[in-house]
Amino acid sequence: MSIANLSYRAVFSLVLKRDLTIAMRHKDDIINPLLFFVIVITLFPLGIGPEAQTLSRIAPGIIWVAALLSTLLSLDRLFKSDHDDGSLEQMLLSPQPVFILVLAKIVAHWLITGLPLILIAPLLAVLLHLNEQSYGALMLTLLLGTPVLSLLGAIGVALTVGIKKGGVLLSLLVLPLYIPVLIFATSAIDTAALGLPYSGQLAIIAALFFGSLTLAPFAVGAALKVSTN
Amino acid sequence: MWKWLHPYANPEVSYHFCGKLIPWLSALSLLLLSTGIVWALAFAPADYQQGDSFRIFYIHVPAASLSMGIYFGMAIAAFTSLVWQFKLADASAAAMAPVGATFTAIALITGAAWGKPMWGTWWIWDARLTSELILLFLYLGVIALHSAFEDKALAGKAAGILTLVGSINLPIIKYSVEWWNTLHQGSTVSKLGKPSMSVDMLWPFLFCFLGFALLVGLIICIRFRSEILTRNSVRPWVKSLVAEHTSSSKVAENK
Amino acid sequence: MPVNQSTSQSTPLISATSLTCIREDRLLFDQLNIEINAGDIVQVEGPNGSGKTSLLRILAGLSQPFEGEVFFSGQSINQSQEEFHQNLLYLGHLPGVKGEMNAQENLSFNLALHGFVNDSTDITKTLAKVNLTGFEDSLASHLSAGQHRRISLARLYKSNARIWILDEPFTAIDKQGVHGLEQLFKAHINQGGCVILTTHQDLLTFEPSQIKKITLDYVFE
Repeated sequence: MSIANLSYRAVFSLVLKRDLTIAMRHKDDIINPLLFFVIVITLFPLGIGPEAQTLSRIAPGIIWVAALLSTLLSLDRLFKSDHDDGSLEQMLLSPQPVFILVLAKIVAHWLITGLPLILIAPLLAVLLHLNEQSYGALMLTLLLGTPVLSLLGAIGVALTVGIKKGGVLLSLLVLPLYIPVLIFATSAIDTAALGLPYSGQLAIIAALFFGSLTLAPFAVGAALKVSTN
Repeated sequence: MWKWLHPYANPEVSYHFCGKLIPWLSALSLLLLSTGIVWALAFAPADYQQGDSFRIFYIHVPAASLSMGIYFGMAIAAFTSLVWQFKLADASAAAMAPVGATFTAIALITGAAWGKPMWGTWWIWDARLTSELILLFLYLGVIALHSAFEDKALAGKAAGILTLVGSINLPIIKYSVEWWNTLHQGSTVSKLGKPSMSVDMLWPFLFCFLGFALLVGLIICIRFRSEILTRNSVRPWVKSLVAEHTSSSKVAENK
Repeated sequence: MPVNQSTSQSTPLISATSLTCIREDRLLFDQLNIEINAGDIVQVEGPNGSGKTSLLRILAGLSQPFEGEVFFSGQSINQSQEEFHQNLLYLGHLPGVKGEMNAQENLSFNLALHGFVNDSTDITKTLAKVNLTGFEDSLASHLSAGQHRRISLARLYKSNARIWILDEPFTAIDKQGVHGLEQLFKAHINQGGCVILTTHQDLLTFEPSQIKKITLDYVFE
């Protein structure tokens, strides 16, 4: 056994592999949020009426709101289990920089929740009669936007992980932060339906992505230190 | 450079400093507000377009501006706590957030009240009101997070992190809401904007604005002092203050 | 409150000044000064609820005290955090073991996290030292609390951290295991490390004079 000064990449893959291994042995965590996503979307035609025109008009909003809610549901697992069995403490006390550990966990979370969402979205878009020209925009906004949801959501979970019944509080904390992504994503999809370019909106979502990618891990680290006190 | 601030890191010093400010803030805010509100509601000229219902502007605009000012004040306090370990700032979220939330609510209610005679509805999704609504949620989030922690020092730190994250997001949210609003503008162009003001409107407005600002300062000072006492309750200076107060009130009762 | 005085002239390995801890409006300890040097074994004792765990967590840097600061080799632990973490091994009440992974994976991850590149033979040997041979492939969810504790204690055999902070390390460990651990502590302090622990049991391998004590005497009214 040798003591090595682990590179950032090595630490990142160590934690990423660990989190993915745990998730694979706990498949509920992958399937439940996905099912929620599907069911919520299915409820809308039932609640609003099956007219193709109405559904098509509100499809982008429905899909994105459902994605937000489904992500919110899945965020709990990011730190709760580690907090409860003491693994989180050990990670915070390790010589590795906290922001890398956090980033690895968030990436693992996105792979488990965001990616399946993106893959199943086109099918659900069909159910909602989404305009044919919008599919590209839908996929792109989800691809760029769901990581933002994971990153910002992680801040909320990190703040509430030590609180009993923190799940309800989490929505209040996180949903306001999701509003910009929601607005620009739905706008991009609507604009695409008109056959117009939507690169402006995509650029803004990309900016949100890079902004949260660089800043969120530090906020999460600070929040975790407070929560493990 | 910040050496003059160092004594104020001591809770006891800050407590007494705020105590000295309170009578001044009370007097000034009472003076300015009473003059300002009477002037604004009774004596200032009615707007040629909106008539008397315009008068609510004298309350709505200060409330809205202060609601945002308080949030950024909280963000600055959180920044000093996290970066310079200025422990006293942990009490700021508890002291300031409820005040900010109240003023946001006032801004929303007065904004809606203004809307009724203007557009005939109690609520309209214009950029200003929507941003204020989201700001209210941000405030409520801070308050809820703070009260969820038993340990007040931790509560203050957690609330501080949330405030900082919120303050970075707030400009982004405002920008995106404004953008969203221009996208979905209906046939009625609605704008809760400030019309160009004549001089006889400017003065009552300034009086009201300053009056409210000083009122906010007053309330925050009072709340801040109370927070300092709670968080330092084990310290002898707090215990002797409490003892003094109880004995003096007992003496007053017996008289 | 007794103050732990050190007779050594060099910089203490871990020290603290004016530590004050408040839990639920109770002042558990106030203005506590501590100096712990290489080669010390320190036992924190006191009645239940007197703040022993809180003190250990403050020394490890997990909790922030109401007042006071902790120093590693003279430097504040907030300043030199990475260096401090490289020299710290903290084992608290929670073992840090994941039910979804087996003993092998758990220990391997915990060691790798602290910089120990390892392979399966290393892990098997280490698990043998805590009497977990044959359990390497068992999912931790199928193991007992005592076995979880042994997986976390196994790290002690491969640690080069100088400061060991252990909160009730002997919980659910049998007599043989306790003896083995005490031998490990002895070897550790002889090599220049230090051990800070709380325990309800007597440390039999050590002379009473060898053990430095920090006594917390908060009493519930």
